[in-house]
Amino acid sequence: MASVETAAKPRGGRFCTVCNDRRAALKRPKTLEQICKECFYAVFEDEIHRVIVDNHLFKRGERVAIGASGGKDSTVLAYVMSELNRRHDYGLDLFLLSVDEGITGYRDDSLETVKRNEIQYGLPLKVVSYKDLYGWTMDEIVKLIGLKNNCTFCGVFRRQALDRGAALLKVDKLVTGHNADDIAETVLLNILRGDIARLSRCTSIITGEDGPIPRCKPFKYTYEKEIRLDYFSTECIYSPNAYRGFAREFIKDLERIRPRAILDIITSGEDFRIATYTKMPEQGNCERCGYISSQKWCKACVLLDGLNRGLPKMGISRTRGLDNERNQDTGGTNGTKNLQSKQCGSLDF
Amino acid sequence: MADRSFASCGGLELLCDSVKIHDVNVEQQGEEKKLTMKYLLSWVRTNLIKERPEMFMKGETVRPGVLVLVNDCDWELSGQLETVLEEKDVVVFISTLHGG
Repeated sequence: MASVETAAKPRGGRFCTVCNDRRAALKRPKTLEQICKECFYAVFEDEIHRVIVDNHLFKRGERVAIGASGGKDSTVLAYVMSELNRRHDYGLDLFLLSVDEGITGYRDDSLETVKRNEIQYGLPLKVVSYKDLYGWTMDEIVKLIGLKNNCTFCGVFRRQALDRGAALLKVDKLVTGHNADDIAETVLLNILRGDIARLSRCTSIITGEDGPIPRCKPFKYTYEKEIRLDYFSTECIYSPNAYRGFAREFIKDLERIRPRAILDIITSGEDFRIATYTKMPEQGNCERCGYISSQKWCKACVLLDGLNRGLPKMGISRTRGLDNERNQDTGGTNGTKNLQSKQCGSLDF
Repeated sequence: MADRSFASCGGLELLCDSVKIHDVNVEQQGEEKKLTMKYLLSWVRTNLIKERPEMFMKGETVRPGVLVLVNDCDWELSGQLETVLEEKDVVVFISTLHGG
């Protein structure tokens, strides 16, 4: 029984295909290689570095905010960004930017994680809250509207909150922890919703370059499985978006059968060509708050107006037909010439 | 009897009264007295999971998106459901099915 006394040993006797020295601990979904922990970290970080360099994500001297939710993806992102910035001398000024949605018990814990990241990686932290920005916490919103459409509010408000926080930090760019699984899921959802405008931009590694604060996704080609192996997080206590949940589970099912499927969906999204006659929303600014918007008011202002007037359902249901009419009323001046044709939904392959 | 520790994280502990680490004894099965991951999963489902078992399992295996580590090693390398467990093994379940 002597062998039982020793520490539990790894199963499966294969050696790491990279170093051929240690036991493999992980099967990489992207390549099916079996590698050990040490080589995994090296390969993982090196791949992110290649993505950053090959896509010219940053310029020396830039101030960059890391969108930090306290979840695994952003915790790993904060680590990798500060590590690569030092190791490869990118010359970046890094900051952590967190949004406090005001969800008791959920965000409290994850903000603690972000505060640990602040100390661990020595990155200054800025927290912006829904309460400060909009006058409402998510807890208050849920109390009013229930658990049905709360993710719509949260999603719209978070997007703007990150931009406002980034503006307060005076950063040049915002990086987020979106991974390959997230992007594949978003490609599918945009197809399912017929949202061609988002389909055409959701695979870009940098978005919003025409806006005040471009966003980029260094984990675009990184599998969630690899990001999450070592990390812990807390689940949102409010019901997750069910439709997105289905798409997510579908992707995980595909991954189990053929791991490459995730990267292939991203490639499909990248290579879609949108018909030139497809009607695209025109980007303008919200008349109320100035935020980028294709409508008279941005989505956050519409939702907020509903909340403040006690009509929280406002802005939830889709009003594409009305929106299109309003677009024509305001008279497009900076749009394409082909706006008069049919609705979104046609694709050229 | 065999000792086994479990850690469930990434939200899965919410399915078992928010307890993250479980030290458990599970009887070996069959004539060969072997304990496989296949049996262990159904044991966990019966004995540890208190709510929403569909967040943990789908069919006879874990739900896609739940990562399984046996002694810090991806269970895809040790034969997944066929992995044979021994005393003092540590099995970790990590859910990836929610926002990050």
